[in-house]
Amino acid sequence: MTMAGGYAPLDRDVHPPFSHADYKSTALRSPRKPLVPLAHTLSEITGPVFGHDAFAPLDDNLTKNAVKNGEPLGERMIVTGRVLDEDGRGIPDTLIEIWQANAAGRYIHVNDQHDAPIDPNFFGAGRCVSNSEGSYRFTTIRPGAYPWPNHANAWRPPHIHFSLFGPSFVTRLVTQMYFPGDPLLEIDPIFQSIPAAAARRRLVAEFSPEVTEPEWALGYAWDIVLRGAGATPREA
Amino acid sequence: MPKQTASQTIGPYFAYGLTPEAYGRAGICGNVLAGADTAGGELIRVEGRVLDGGADPVDDALIEIWQANAAGRYNHSADARGEVALDEAFSGIGRCATDAEGRFWFETVKPGAVPGRGNTLQAPHINVVVMARGMLLHAFTRIYFSDENTANANDPVLESVEEARRPTLIAAREDSAKGPVFRFEIRLQGDGETVFFAA
Repeated sequence: MTMAGGYAPLDRDVHPPFSHADYKSTALRSPRKPLVPLAHTLSEITGPVFGHDAFAPLDDNLTKNAVKNGEPLGERMIVTGRVLDEDGRGIPDTLIEIWQANAAGRYIHVNDQHDAPIDPNFFGAGRCVSNSEGSYRFTTIRPGAYPWPNHANAWRPPHIHFSLFGPSFVTRLVTQMYFPGDPLLEIDPIFQSIPAAAARRRLVAEFSPEVTEPEWALGYAWDIVLRGAGATPREA
Repeated sequence: MPKQTASQTIGPYFAYGLTPEAYGRAGICGNVLAGADTAGGELIRVEGRVLDGGADPVDDALIEIWQANAAGRYNHSADARGEVALDEAFSGIGRCATDAEGRFWFETVKPGAVPGRGNTLQAPHINVVVMARGMLLHAFTRIYFSDENTANANDPVLESVEEARRPTLIAAREDSAKGPVFRFEIRLQGDGETVFFAA
């Protein structure tokens, strides 16, 4: 990556706006003044690097990384895919962190008071770095839906939170992966905040018979695309 | 060609995954970037609060910072300037979740100046990403320093911001017995809304 073009801008057809009336919490937390354009410098095209040695062996296996007295309850699953740039190239060595509710729809977070059981053998967080081809893989438990106070009888569709850095500070992305065939997606204000239907569909993982392991776990495939190289500007 | 993956909010429950120290687990990075053993540079503390459009504290935000070392070199392959000293022990990345009063803090070194576009020099600054429940997309801002008036006056990015809003990007220095503290408020909306960049 050279400084000349920096990274491509955030795609405004893809990313939600700051303000989305149906998602109530945006009302007071959405910046309202226009963003100030910032041509990329060394400050934007550099970013943190996390070595493979920063990880423990079970960090990518949420069914094993918090076991106290047995296996976590719920449907075991694998989610795997590639981290790509907008040219379709794999992004190697990038940090991926995930967190999620347990099978009953309960987060381990101290503020989650949903009346559903905590699983003593499930913490719900993991991390890995992509390999040389940009591939990642987690083993986990399929998360449950849970209620939230946004509107009457509101339920979040089951999802896994993903946090990625990519090759620079401006490729940072935090998002959520959803599950195919979920009727809650159509009425979820957070999912529906994404302007383009095609962009919404890309947040839904695909059930994959190839990833599914016999007698063991269902498999899902989900690729993540980060900002790629920007156009070279007309002036230096 | 593939299209970008859409952003979604970080939500209210990220802490046990991203800043899990309170849960007895090691995080990937924290809010102490430098200490007495850090080679070179002025040790500083950056403190602030995140406030919403009603001026109420945001108690579930995540602030991430990325900065050059005291010499002005980023610890990343895209900064290949051999003439500026690299400090391998200084990663430049920090992360802090806000507390019940919306507060965050970092202990770090004051970064050196880094080149801008063309032949310009940027004033010392820390790059910031703000994420929170109620934010569907992360927001980029920068922390500049109030004791760098001359460098700030010549900074091309500050210059691109309308003058009345520039103060939202400048952390105020307060000297304490423990060393310099730079105070930086992040106002997501309303009076004194922080300048956010289309970075």
